[in-house]
Amino acid sequence: MKKSTCPVCDAVVTLPEGIEESEIISCGDCHTRLVVASLKREGITLKEAPKVEEDWGE
Amino acid sequence: MITIGLLHTTIRGDEKLILEAAKKRNIKIKLIDARNEILNRKTYRLDFDIVLNRCVSTIKGDHATHFFESLGVVVINNSKVSAICEDKFVTSLTLQKAKVPTPEFAMVFNADQAHQAIRQMGGFPVVLKPPLGSWGRLLAKINDLDALEAIIEHKDTLGSPQQKSFYIQKYIKKPGRDIRAFVIDGKVICAIYRNSPHWITNTARGGVASNCPVDKKISEISRKASIAVGGGILSLDFFETDFGLQINEINHTTEFKNSEKPTGVSISGGIVDYCLKVAKNL
Repeated sequence: MKKSTCPVCDAVVTLPEGIEESEIISCGDCHTRLVVASLKREGITLKEAPKVEEDWGE
Repeated sequence: MITIGLLHTTIRGDEKLILEAAKKRNIKIKLIDARNEILNRKTYRLDFDIVLNRCVSTIKGDHATHFFESLGVVVINNSKVSAICEDKFVTSLTLQKAKVPTPEFAMVFNADQAHQAIRQMGGFPVVLKPPLGSWGRLLAKINDLDALEAIIEHKDTLGSPQQKSFYIQKYIKKPGRDIRAFVIDGKVICAIYRNSPHWITNTARGGVASNCPVDKKISEISRKASIAVGGGILSLDFFETDFGLQINEINHTTEFKNSEKPTGVSISGGIVDYCLKVAKNL
């Protein structure tokens, strides 16, 4: 199971199988929406997810 | 072997279903995060055959689409389809011109004209929408003149320039649901009812999806609408009215993750297959 650290509360975040870069997840501890910024062998970086913008949608 | 460039911003459940569908078909996908690209014709190195635009950000998706088209790469959906579907007013104009049934509408830029336009439509209630926008955001059902004046004053004072164009649509009383049809290359592959006691039925706003059997009428109107806007991969939102089905909006980067289960149709598979079909004919 891949793991990383929440950039907001420092909790360990377990990532689901098949996670992709740019995918949005939630921190189980502080519930902040996070984005997978990079998914490299040496480590996974999470950042706070961008806020919904005016031109977002389908 | 064909490689599909999947142009994206955030990766939603929908994009993951597309990745899975491509994997099942042994199709290579190159992920292109629009936010990390340098769109320079002199330096860009193409390593894909076709682009599927799945950007959640309309503006980034538009710029990247124009860029790839300038390099001779086919983008699904193309920039002409996007330009029509991303703007509710342009969509309505296109549908009306093609004689596709759609609710009455008008565009105005101030409160006086709005009031006059509403009188011409037969009066309140109406729905005020930002021409660009999704997920049911900033829609306002306006029941009387007081509400109209308040909403327009707020938008005029607080809104961005985009919010100062007022698209007005006649309010259609719905039977607690509307219909979304998924259309690829003019053909309806499946449809859902979006059920909600609220007048906004978007699944992003809590609407619940259930299967909608596709009948001749839905197929016919969908084909006509698809031709009118330029084809490709679309989802069409229908209202069931006393005068028959009317198309409310058309989405050109449609979300579908909540629709595969109730319909039993692999929409993601249909999207990948269509990209392959187009790429093979290039």
